Amino acid sequence: MTEALRERALRTSLLQRADAWKSAADRARRLMYGRTENVADATRLVDDYRLLAHDLARARRLMPDSRARSFLEAAYAQAHGTLHKPVAHPGYALWSLFRDQVPDAMRWLRPHLLWVTLLFVVAVLVGGWLVHTYPELIGLFASPELITTVERGELWTEGLLNVVPSSVLSLQILTNNVVVSLFAYCAGFLFGLGTFYIVGLNGLMLGAIFAFTAQHGLDGGLFRFIVAHGCVELSVMVISGAAGAAVGEALIRPTTHGRAQSFQIAALRTSKVIIACVVLLIGCGFIEGYISPNPDFPLWTRLIVGFGYWLFMVALLRGWLFGRSRSTVAIEA
Amino acid sequence: MIQPGGPYAETPGPGAEPDLIVDSVTGVDLSLPIAGPGARSYAFIIDWHIRAVLFIAWFVVAALIYNGRWSLSTPADPSGTWFGFVLLPGAAIYFLYHVVLEILMRGQTPGKRMAGVRLVTRDGAAPAVPAYLIRNVFRLIDSFPLFYGVGLITTLVTRNHVRIGDMAAGTLLIYDRADESLLQHVSGTAIGSRLDASTAELINDLLQRWDALDVNVRSRLARTLLERFGGKPEALLAAQDAELRALLADLARGASP
Repeated sequence: MTEALRERALRTSLLQRADAWKSAADRARRLMYGRTENVADATRLVDDYRLLAHDLARARRLMPDSRARSFLEAAYAQAHGTLHKPVAHPGYALWSLFRDQVPDAMRWLRPHLLWVTLLFVVAVLVGGWLVHTYPELIGLFASPELITTVERGELWTEGLLNVVPSSVLSLQILTNNVVVSLFAYCAGFLFGLGTFYIVGLNGLMLGAIFAFTAQHGLDGGLFRFIVAHGCVELSVMVISGAAGAAVGEALIRPTTHGRAQSFQIAALRTSKVIIACVVLLIGCGFIEGYISPNPDFPLWTRLIVGFGYWLFMVALLRGWLFGRSRSTVAIEA
Repeated sequence: MIQPGGPYAETPGPGAEPDLIVDSVTGVDLSLPIAGPGARSYAFIIDWHIRAVLFIAWFVVAALIYNGRWSLSTPADPSGTWFGFVLLPGAAIYFLYHVVLEILMRGQTPGKRMAGVRLVTRDGAAPAVPAYLIRNVFRLIDSFPLFYGVGLITTLVTRNHVRIGDMAAGTLLIYDRADESLLQHVSGTAIGSRLDASTAELINDLLQRWDALDVNVRSRLARTLLERFGGKPEALLAAQDAELRALLADLARGASP
């Protein structure tokens, strides 16, 4: 038998399996988008995968520019994707996220959390000192309307509910907080500098505005307004910043992996903390819309709400709400 | 591993899109063609229009119901219901469109499906939920300063044509070419008995491209092929275009012309 004849026979025998390839591609596609309780169906997919790999290797050599090879490449990729798709157990995934993954990520973030907290506290103190020493600098941190209101002896938060209903206020605040929090995180991509600026600027503004209200004897009122939602809101801002800083550090000082992979690992790990932050900010929005601007709530109620919600946040981030204890061994999801 | 044009391409030109080569347990590497900025932009534009239309449709219907009359105007004193019923679901449709559909459609959206691309991880598998979330959160950066400027530049300059969200999530966009029509006219039972592999491929190719070819060219090619397998020249000469196509399809299925 000549070489040409042999090759031709091989090509023909290969293409005779076209119907098997079509049913393999069908099964792979069906199982990618659906579920099966049929063991035989799943087993057939493994057989299909081997069949497609075997025939693809032959097609690449025997008929590299053919439609058959293109079909096999695509069907093989589809079967690979279907076989390696992550198992979907939403309930377990959610439980595992809050019980193990968020607390583990928080533990990993401890050094970043410490440094970002320090940055925030220093920024608050610097902002307060600046406006206390040079009162005209408040123009850098607050809008002219806010300055005029405070100089009139009123807080801009007074009568807020007369202007905007609680539900609308909650939604506006929630949206704003989530966007700021996500920005503080994503800005870590700029080698951590973006996070540094966002956290620093927010700290400066907080300190400056407190100093400015103190000059007009309104700092007590501002504290009264902030305390119910601020404990968690500010903590979440710092946590998001810490997550952004971790992402930035992964780019500046990659671990044993390359820079890109190090960035990816840090981003995926910290994303779990960001999910928890968004959940917490929903509660903050609710408190800031319904409790903080409502003058009927006395200070002690606000303190209980603020501190209670902060304890809830700690319990959530440490996994205690989902049955994690100090002795719990982390489960790799 | 990335190779331009794929390692199995006959002539991998310098402008060819790279392929992602993934090791497999079978010992046969996967060659996944990476989608470039063009395919990405095409998919994005389709998706953008779909979500804009969905948002507007929701807004119009909800506003009409809320106002209780033929008016879309925002009330002078909007209540929480206006935000909760009219604006919030609309905003949710607009902003959660990508992430929700990518999770539900396993790495695709309607736009990506129409552009023939899908998301995979760097080992060729479907991404997990956190990867979808993270790539969509990073749209905040990718969309800077306008019209996805950062994202577009990074897809142009990076080797795998990925934006920052993809870098963070470890995902990339590949062409999904599992097209059943590639072998639509190839029947395993016909091959070997009447047709050899090359002829079967040729007939399949001709039938696939039938509508795109000039009527004279496709008729001449069809007659030549059918004559080789016992078709009578005078009968074939009298046959119309549609008839020739049917005869060719029969031949591909193993029937005599």
